[in-house]
Amino acid sequence: MLIQSAASAGTNPLAGTAAGWMWAIPLLPLLGFLINGLVALTSAAHFGPADPTAASHAAHGDDDGAGHGDAHAAHASTRHRFAAVTSIVGPGVLVAAFLLAAAAFLAMRAVPDLSAPFVQRYFSWMPVGDLSVDVAFRLDQLSMVMVLVVTGVGMLIHIFSVGYMREDPGYPRYFAYLNLFVFFMLVLVLGANYPLLFIGWEGVGLCSYLLIGFWFSEKANADAGKKAFIVNRIGDFGFLIAMFLLFANYGTLDFSALQAQAGAFVFGGPLITAIALFFFLGCTGKSAQIPLYIWLPDAMAGPTPVSALIHAATMVTAGVYLIARSNFIFAAAPVAGLTVIVVGALTAFFAATIGLKQWDIKKVLAYSTVSQLGYMFVGVGAGAYVAGIFHLMTHAFFKALLFLGAGSVIHVMHEAYHHTHRHDDAQDMRNMGGLRKHMKVTWILMWIATLAISGIPPFSGFFSKDEILGTLFSRADGSTLAQAHWLGLPGTVVIYGAYALGLAAALLTAIYMTRLMLYTFHGPNRTGEQERAHLHEAPWVMTGPLVVLGILAAVGGWFNLPEIVTRALPLGPTGLLEHWLDPVVGAGTARVVGSGGEVAAGTEGLLIAVAVAIAVSGIAIAVTVLKPARLVPKAQASPEQGFERVLNNKYYVDEIYDAAVVRPTYDVSRNLLWRGIDTGLIDGLLVNGSAWLARLTGWIGSQFQSGQLGTYAWVLVLGVLLVLGAFHHSVLP
Amino acid sequence: MNEFLTSIGYMHWVLPMLLLVPTLGAAAIWLHGAPGGPPGDDDVASGTAGAPRLIALVTLAAEFVVSLGLWWAYDPAVAGWQAAFNVPWIPSWGIRFSLGIDGISLMMILLTTSIMVLAVLGGWTSIRRRTHAYYALLLILTAGMLGVFMSLDLFLFYVMWEVMLVPMYFIVGVWGGDRRLYASIKFFLYTMVGSLLMLVAIVYLGLAARSRLTGIPDFSYDAILATARVSHTAAFWLFGAFFLAFAVKVPMFPFHTWLPDAHVEAPTPGSVVLASIMLKLGTFGFIRLAVPLFPAVATNATVRAIVLTLAVIGIVYGALVSLVQPDFKKLVAYSSVSHLGFVMLGIFALTVQSVQGALMVMINHGISTGALFFLIGMIYERRHTRLIEDYGGIARVVPMFAAALTVVTFSSIGVPGTNGFIGEFLVLIGAFRTYPVYALIAATAVIFSAAYLLWAIQRILFNALDKKANFHIPDLNRRELALLIPLLAGIVWLGVYPEPVLRRMEPSAERFVQSVQTRAIAQNQAPAGGIE
Amino acid sequence: MLAESLFFSAVLFSIGVIGVLTRRNAIIVFMCVELMLNAVNLTFVAFARVYGAGGQVFVFLVMTVAAAEAAVGLAIIIALFRHRHTVDLQNINLLKG
Repeated sequence: MLIQSAASAGTNPLAGTAAGWMWAIPLLPLLGFLINGLVALTSAAHFGPADPTAASHAAHGDDDGAGHGDAHAAHASTRHRFAAVTSIVGPGVLVAAFLLAAAAFLAMRAVPDLSAPFVQRYFSWMPVGDLSVDVAFRLDQLSMVMVLVVTGVGMLIHIFSVGYMREDPGYPRYFAYLNLFVFFMLVLVLGANYPLLFIGWEGVGLCSYLLIGFWFSEKANADAGKKAFIVNRIGDFGFLIAMFLLFANYGTLDFSALQAQAGAFVFGGPLITAIALFFFLGCTGKSAQIPLYIWLPDAMAGPTPVSALIHAATMVTAGVYLIARSNFIFAAAPVAGLTVIVVGALTAFFAATIGLKQWDIKKVLAYSTVSQLGYMFVGVGAGAYVAGIFHLMTHAFFKALLFLGAGSVIHVMHEAYHHTHRHDDAQDMRNMGGLRKHMKVTWILMWIATLAISGIPPFSGFFSKDEILGTLFSRADGSTLAQAHWLGLPGTVVIYGAYALGLAAALLTAIYMTRLMLYTFHGPNRTGEQERAHLHEAPWVMTGPLVVLGILAAVGGWFNLPEIVTRALPLGPTGLLEHWLDPVVGAGTARVVGSGGEVAAGTEGLLIAVAVAIAVSGIAIAVTVLKPARLVPKAQASPEQGFERVLNNKYYVDEIYDAAVVRPTYDVSRNLLWRGIDTGLIDGLLVNGSAWLARLTGWIGSQFQSGQLGTYAWVLVLGVLLVLGAFHHSVLP
Repeated sequence: MNEFLTSIGYMHWVLPMLLLVPTLGAAAIWLHGAPGGPPGDDDVASGTAGAPRLIALVTLAAEFVVSLGLWWAYDPAVAGWQAAFNVPWIPSWGIRFSLGIDGISLMMILLTTSIMVLAVLGGWTSIRRRTHAYYALLLILTAGMLGVFMSLDLFLFYVMWEVMLVPMYFIVGVWGGDRRLYASIKFFLYTMVGSLLMLVAIVYLGLAARSRLTGIPDFSYDAILATARVSHTAAFWLFGAFFLAFAVKVPMFPFHTWLPDAHVEAPTPGSVVLASIMLKLGTFGFIRLAVPLFPAVATNATVRAIVLTLAVIGIVYGALVSLVQPDFKKLVAYSSVSHLGFVMLGIFALTVQSVQGALMVMINHGISTGALFFLIGMIYERRHTRLIEDYGGIARVVPMFAAALTVVTFSSIGVPGTNGFIGEFLVLIGAFRTYPVYALIAATAVIFSAAYLLWAIQRILFNALDKKANFHIPDLNRRELALLIPLLAGIVWLGVYPEPVLRRMEPSAERFVQSVQTRAIAQNQAPAGGIE
Repeated sequence: MLAESLFFSAVLFSIGVIGVLTRRNAIIVFMCVELMLNAVNLTFVAFARVYGAGGQVFVFLVMTVAAAEAAVGLAIIIALFRHRHTVDLQNINLLKG
């Protein structure tokens, strides 16, 4: 059925090429999920329950409460008996999917001037009245980039996981979830309409839930998974409302059909602004932006490769993809665009400040991810869709690398603790230090990623971050954004403010990343005397993927070189990604740019110089101010004071939400709705009250029943006499 | 398939056969007789449960096979009732034994027959006392529920409505939990109050449609729809009577408090039948009777605002109250209030999408909540507690149970790709066209439903395995897997490819929406007199 | 003749009523009930002389019912005596609400 429908895709030049097999790209991971899922379930039946008494032993004796889930990876030494099957199937399907995606990419490149998207319709999903939602995939330049990133980075992380999760008893379950995640992520980027995208959107959230809570025996992990899902659901509410608005007003949810109506959108009208803002609410959930970013740091409870794949490289960037995909909507709603810029810039800065004072290595990276996602939103909000996607891509490379590198470190730290039977926090940077001597490869690769994220040329992050900030700067003049007003502020002011925040966040990024590197790899080692002997480099199955990502993080900027660079140096083609994505986002960008234009070459050079200077000074500040030698291990550390403490506690945002939203909801539900209205008012007063009334009447009546037949007989006779007396005129003659 | 069905004249006898088969099964159990021992004996342990149990299973399996032909034999393109069966019953009062189906009742019948087979499996070992009586009642109940779905005579509808009430009363009251008497009497009284008013309304309508020549009343649905003339005031009160009967059954806020008690106290198959099928009878009543018979009242702005408000309150209120339930079964019961609120929202929003969505929610809720109650029953049989706090971390011990519960939970939450999403999405997207504010409030349920269910399954399946009693719970056995796999398959199938179901219901749903709208306009323009 | 018969049956009926109302022994109360029934029978017969045989038919009906009642009633009283060792109505108040 699939292939038949695929053949009817029609006259697109891609029909009949390798791109015609795009349906298989998501189906391969789905197949992997089914196989691994069956392995996980069937063998579990023979495996018997893991000895429950071992549960408390395996639980890591840490007082921190969060983030030590990785403990189990090395603790439980029962390797799954079907692990071999999983080791082949799990990463295998990803390799196959990536090769297929690469073939599709080559086929796409072979077609000159491909402007129309290649849409394959498989079957009708929800045909109801005038609503028609098909299960259909759409391969265009944007989804191609996303498919390559998802399958490519996903493949590397799958391979890394083979080493990282080797000893875990839940090995097949892990790969089942991971495969399922990739399936949903591919549905997300390939879906040809909003509801199908929404399947992927919620599906990745579901897998994220399962993977964050992968080591579910610890309450903190299960809590984190649940929190992620529920916070995401708040965003999904916005997504749903946006879809309802689209359907109620434009009668379709299909990308192509909506884009065809884009000319009819009232520019800056309340309807289109509302749609864009509701979509953006969805993005704040999925992509961890203010005010819904709170779930992402907690999500670090999952295994580290999961953090790399889901909470850095792919799923959390879905919001950026959504805006780029909906560029025709956002381009028509400048107020929404400004909102995206403001939220993005605030998030970028705010998260970076928290990142400054975290001790958990993964938490630093988590806040860094939130911050970098803020940059991406600044980009897509400013109509710089290419820059946003470009940063998404380079971020996928260097952040995946950072997470996997951190994973290697945690893995090694953990093994060391395991050997000496010590229970300490394997993720706290205060317990690390000086690891460069033991893990040279990881150390070098992590530095590459750090330089990339800090924006040091010629590493990839420099190009993408600079493009976002540069484009944002240019939007301040003449663009539709600059002409709009946001809460009464002129657009130009908002854009300059966001630009300043972006620069400040860049400074902080360089500082906290250098801090992470210094504390982890430099200075004296604080792990412990005995443990030090067990520190060593991770196996090649783990460092191999790191090397590939390291290369990509270093040279990823090549994919979209700015003109100012290619004019000066013969490095390669100009704006490769820009030309590639032009058929999808070109019109949207043009609409945002309006009468504005590029900044002058001189100004551009100046901006670049400022950005580089900020990045370099950030690193310099960190190197001069921070003294890794003065650090003490976590167990001996004294708590922070003053503002540091506020930062360390993440501005107490979780506590505020808890007190302002979560507790009142529970209290109102329990005391007012359930005990008050339900059992009290309705059941108690109305239902059982009427029953009580009936019983009271009966009781009063029963008091006349003495049980003495004689009395009854007297009453009877008297009654008869009474009646006869009353009616004697008519009864008696 | 269709040639074969035509060759055996399937459509001529299928509906009476569906009523006959369970009745004969019940008779067979009765003829087989009760076991000799005292009624409190454990029939499963003594082996005397075998025969009635087997008769019930075979009967309901046969029933399912018989009903399955409707899937192919029903032709959505044909307007009007199909598989009609119509013989006189009480001619002097104009009552006929008249059966027939459209796309809506088709799906409800298939849902009923399939769930009932599973319900027998679900109580296979948990129903231990007076098994012969239990299985006979279960079969009568099946006939009653199917009768409601296929009746085309209002009097027959009422009879069937009461026929299904009695077995349920006994199933809750005899085989239920500790507070079973309270729950069953509450259930009975609640339903009875509503249904007696409905009887009055039905008699009034039958008299209103009486023949002008002979004066004999006519209770046939089509005749009442076509000829019954009632004044606006009378229509208002009659609608109120039907509304009360069905709103109790749905149950709509604030008529819902029988549900948590009945659900909690009922034995597992009883809860499943209650949730999966009996609640749908209420919403089915709205679609078949209350709304089409009184379109002018049902589309009246005030009436609609009240009903929609109650529906939306039910959605949010049910979800919030679920959030704080300590008893898992009660939690699911309140979640039913929330889900059924979506159905009411869909019906009264009156767009094709919302009505189709309401029908999908009816089917999906039947599958998902049925599966949830089965799962609760399974774990209850092992641990004899329904309190959430008595569990924790059992995913380590019972991985297959955990996998099944997780899938069903996500279906109930309405994650896209599972059946739950289709219904809620269609209801909301349809309702948003006519009542955006109500739809907007209702859509917040996506947040709350995730909150209450995920919190519950976390405390059951996840967290630390810290209670000794949970260390050695056996995982699902073959019977339980055989019972769950069809439900899980249904969850995925209806989530990914609901088109076959939607296609069969679409013409009926469209006719419902159109006829209600056009007739409402006609009635509002031409005032009708009372009974002449 | 009719008037005398009616007067006589009224006297009989009243004696029965007073017996039922005042006596405490169940057997005597029961016999008083029979007395009331027979007073009514007398009335029927008396009227039958004037208005036709319908009254006499009714007498037979009443006698049948009275016989059945006697059988059941006495059985109840015996059962009661076995259970409580008394037939005093003052001590029997199962109907008390």
